[in-house]
Amino acid sequence: MSLFDHKLSDIQEMLHKKEISVHDLLDEAYKRIEEVDGEVQAFLTLDEENARARATELDELRGTEEGRGLLFGMPIGIKDNIVTKGVRTTAASQILDNLNDPLYDAHVVQKLNKEEAVSVGKLNMDEFAMGSSNENSSYAATRNPWNTDYVPGGSSGGSAAAVAAGEVPFSLGSDTGGSIRQPAAYCGVVGIKPTYGRVSRFGLIAFASSLDQIGPITRNVEDNAYVLEAIAGYDKMDSTSANVEVPKYTDALTGNVKGLKIAVPKEYLGEGVSEEVKAAVQQSLKVYEDMGATWEEVTLPHSKYALSTYYLLSSSEASANLARFDGVRYGRRSEKAESMIDMFKLSRSEGFGEEVKRRIMLGTFALSSGYYDAYYKKAQKARTLIKQDFEKVFADYDVIIGPTTPTPAFKVGEKTEDPLTMYANDILTIPVNLAGVPGISIPCGFSSQGLPIGLQIIGKHFDESTVYRTAHAYEQATDHHTHKPSLGGANE
Amino acid sequence: MSRISKEQVKHVANLARLHVTEDEADMFAKQLDDIISFAEQLNELDTDNVAPTTHVLDLKNVMRKDEPKHWITQEEALKNAPETQDGQIRVPSILE
Repeated sequence: MSLFDHKLSDIQEMLHKKEISVHDLLDEAYKRIEEVDGEVQAFLTLDEENARARATELDELRGTEEGRGLLFGMPIGIKDNIVTKGVRTTAASQILDNLNDPLYDAHVVQKLNKEEAVSVGKLNMDEFAMGSSNENSSYAATRNPWNTDYVPGGSSGGSAAAVAAGEVPFSLGSDTGGSIRQPAAYCGVVGIKPTYGRVSRFGLIAFASSLDQIGPITRNVEDNAYVLEAIAGYDKMDSTSANVEVPKYTDALTGNVKGLKIAVPKEYLGEGVSEEVKAAVQQSLKVYEDMGATWEEVTLPHSKYALSTYYLLSSSEASANLARFDGVRYGRRSEKAESMIDMFKLSRSEGFGEEVKRRIMLGTFALSSGYYDAYYKKAQKARTLIKQDFEKVFADYDVIIGPTTPTPAFKVGEKTEDPLTMYANDILTIPVNLAGVPGISIPCGFSSQGLPIGLQIIGKHFDESTVYRTAHAYEQATDHHTHKPSLGGANE
Repeated sequence: MSRISKEQVKHVANLARLHVTEDEADMFAKQLDDIISFAEQLNELDTDNVAPTTHVLDLKNVMRKDEPKHWITQEEALKNAPETQDGQIRVPSILE
């Protein structure tokens, strides 16, 4: 039994009754990291010195009126593309390998501090969040805690694996085309991509600015609701953050889905989706029926165009966003360059990995003179059609439900040769980013090989409350989320 | 027919300020060609009367007053720079 097997509200009660201390929680985190992270490789940087100093401060506040932050005393891991003041931030790229002392905290990190969470360290990921397996990290490929021959998913693979392995109870990830939900599904944990604009992107190293969102990964839905509530809200430093009130998400967790209208897109249970995944989703729909919800098959007819649309748009945006890494103000500078242009080219070529270069090249091509209308603008128009598919369905239904991924996790090295095969993992998550709506992945079963399967619940713009209510009711009726990997033995 | 030639890859690499070797140019030519060929499925869509979506939220331009405020000090601004001199960032010569 680990302290992290308790839900957040119970841990906080134990803290305030002084049955445990924040240092005890950190002991649990760092002990578990010591035990298993050699194998899992979820963390890139540990920040124990700052964490311990903060724990000492917070332990004094236990039981007092001051120590009432929403995340009081909670150890948390942060994806390495989220900037942390004075703590190394690399986005798992060699081009930022020497960025040991960033100048500011991302908005979400400021919020975590305000709500009295304690950062344990920075989590591994695919370089600049480009990837679906964590194999594109320039440091190490994170492994799936359920079976370390398998990938944890990506790009927030470290964030999902650390929670699944019991190293931290919560983490933050980021999701551009599925990068929170897909690894959450592969690792059997809960991960939400909030509505675009719900969480400030200030201090999130930009990949595709019109798609990126930060969100929490946790063991259960209730904890997830707490963490999102803590980090969501308008921020004047992000002009795309929405000035929309943040509800108390935990109030939505009523356990009641009677009368809920569920849409099940036939495209999400079609070709390419494995039989085991289909069966798990159908079983879940049965659970909802038993609780008084209804479901009907619907169509999202432009789903098959989402992958092309996404790769054109996200790569185009990435090619512009990653232009800032030029070896001038911070990050890697090539020592071989003799002229300014050479310095740009060599620094970038030495610093970026292959996938990042490929996407910069694709994006630059799609935006280049003579091709802009045929590729970039065409994709923006396709995005409109995809978005309208969701609007039509949401006129009649409360949520959309389907699988998070077509299959459970795949083996390390299995899909690294062909970029298009790797991209196909994201066909069920990408449309959600293109439409800007919120989506969560929750555990809904296991494959015959013992690998987790994820159920995706998609909601209307800014209606995370209904998404959480739907997810929570399912969790109450099932026990998939209580299973833990046997990694390292001591997590039992 | 290949849509993307090796010469085109080199041209795009130059625009993107990336140095590519001959081998990388060959690899990217093939991979980008595959990806672009796949993406051409979008041509099946009739988008003549469809407005492009640049953004999912109904946001107008967000403006703020242009007024000076404290951000970081010169020392902070320079501390992560690869090379500095006399309080400025130093780079290789731009003019021959």
